[in-house]
Amino acid sequence: MDLENQKRVKEFAEQYGPENVVVILGAAEGEAAGLAAETVTAGDPTFAGPLTGVQLGLSVYHICEDEIKAEVDPDVYDEQISMMEMVLDVDDIKSEMTSIREQYCKY
Amino acid sequence: MNSVIKGASYVLVHTPDMVVENGSTQTTERIVNPESDYLKQLPKHIRSYEQALGYLPNQTYIGNCTPDELAKVEQPWYDKPCEGKRFGKFGEIMPQEEFYLLMQVCDVFDLMYLEKSFVAAVKPTFEKHPLITPEIVARVHEGVEQEQIEAFVKEEHAEPILHGGKLVGYVKRAHDVDVNLSAHVILENLVSKASSVLSLLHVVHNTGIDKGDVDYVIDCCEEACGDMNQRGGGNFAKAAAEIAGLTGASGCDVRGFCAGPSHAMITAASLVKAGTYRNVIVTAGGCTAKLGMNGKDHVKKDMPVLEDMVGGFSVLVSQNDGISPEINNGICGRHAVGTGSSPQAVISSLVLEPLQKAGLKITDIDRYAVEMQNPDITKPAGAGDVPLANYKMIAALAVKNGDLERAGLNAFVQEHGMAGWAPTQGHIPSGVPYIGFCCEDILAGRVKKAMIIGKGSLFLGRMTNLFDGVSFIIQENSHESEEGGVSEGQVKSLIAKAMRDFALSLGAAGTEESR
Repeated sequence: MDLENQKRVKEFAEQYGPENVVVILGAAEGEAAGLAAETVTAGDPTFAGPLTGVQLGLSVYHICEDEIKAEVDPDVYDEQISMMEMVLDVDDIKSEMTSIREQYCKY
Repeated sequence: MNSVIKGASYVLVHTPDMVVENGSTQTTERIVNPESDYLKQLPKHIRSYEQALGYLPNQTYIGNCTPDELAKVEQPWYDKPCEGKRFGKFGEIMPQEEFYLLMQVCDVFDLMYLEKSFVAAVKPTFEKHPLITPEIVARVHEGVEQEQIEAFVKEEHAEPILHGGKLVGYVKRAHDVDVNLSAHVILENLVSKASSVLSLLHVVHNTGIDKGDVDYVIDCCEEACGDMNQRGGGNFAKAAAEIAGLTGASGCDVRGFCAGPSHAMITAASLVKAGTYRNVIVTAGGCTAKLGMNGKDHVKKDMPVLEDMVGGFSVLVSQNDGISPEINNGICGRHAVGTGSSPQAVISSLVLEPLQKAGLKITDIDRYAVEMQNPDITKPAGAGDVPLANYKMIAALAVKNGDLERAGLNAFVQEHGMAGWAPTQGHIPSGVPYIGFCCEDILAGRVKKAMIIGKGSLFLGRMTNLFDGVSFIIQENSHESEEGGVSEGQVKSLIAKAMRDFALSLGAAGTEESR
């Protein structure tokens, strides 16, 4: 995850409390989604950014996961996301995300 | 009448020492973690010039292999060396040592110095370059003593210039206080300018245009030149045109991150169509900061560091000659302020909307040129195959729009897409690498219409969260020509008149015979 984004996530967690923050990802691949999810839960796996060694344990989902899809107006989802849903390997993304949440998510 | 593309050039420069010295991943690592394993391992993963030459995506960039031929070779490509030629029909792959001389030539403020014996060793080869003119050679300085170089690097904040790990020169700061004129910035800008100059020399050669006939040059790279009172004042375009000998040209810089080249192409096409200028060259040099950008992943996966090439390109846009492929100004896509930033909104604005306005379907475009990043570079870094992802999005949009059956999604990607071959230099892979091949495909009748798409991440500049992008169409010539020629309409009316005259004369003859 981009170093600047790590910094912003960290600041939001401090400002609002980690239990009140949900991170929504839009990564195009399971591996990339998993890495970003790991960063905001267990800490930066590349040891490069502000979240290195910081275990925020935030709630984290991909926009194509059912939990988030259910929260979005179906018309907006169709207009903004449905094309990408057709292109992405959603099952792979779901399994990566679920695995990270089960291991590291605290909320 | 639409303007036409007379030709394009594509150049690469192999810069192994600059990967280590100037790439932002490496410069950041040296500050944050100077003793890191990565920095220790990196030199073992740097390619030789011969290895860079024998790399198929590089040969594709300069025109020695077509995108279709490249796609037939199984990925990854870095472990399958090919025949390495320095020159191709679009340009060349210049070695680092010659490029250092070209950089020094491009320095008109006495800021870059090379060591005497280095200059003496490289100059004879530099002079023999088929496109390097005597005027350019005359700008090469004799060089300085090694002690001077060491002193400036140690004591004056000069940027070292290395070749084969040895100190062979320096770029000094142009101001004691102004960070915009620091040695680092001056070096970056000289690299950009010099690679643009090399592209300009090749496009002049490829198209055969007289240097004096170029009216205007538009630079669309992603660097900025200026000082503390005008940080991005410019003008790379005119600076490069001067060294390339385009004495009749003015110019300006057009910026838009990676979308810059497409914005510049649309601007050039409009300037020529409006009659403001006859011949406009769109040009860009490359970027040192992006060298070795994904180096950590390449080293971790025990691959060569593939981001060791500085890229450049130039395209000549001219008045319609009745033959060359046209830019259709009537079908331009643009990502507007209110479009939104989801991939679906972006692709719709760039592909679907302009085509719908023109009464065309997504399947009516034979080839799409998107971000043509080389997947050999991006896949090991976890960024996937960028062109493939883009083609899938266009196909999915065609399915949503009813232009394509869902079962035809993969076939669409194969038929209307290409494998990426361009270095990850931001603006360099952005749609424009296909223009050279596109002109050939159109002239050979293989392609009737192609769409070039440029996209840019404006949020990186922290002035807006907006995304950006524009697209345009290159199509077959409608066989109308400007100066001296006659238009299709004129030809039709001339034929009609001739037929009428012929019929009249027959009638007259008949009347005479019947007499």
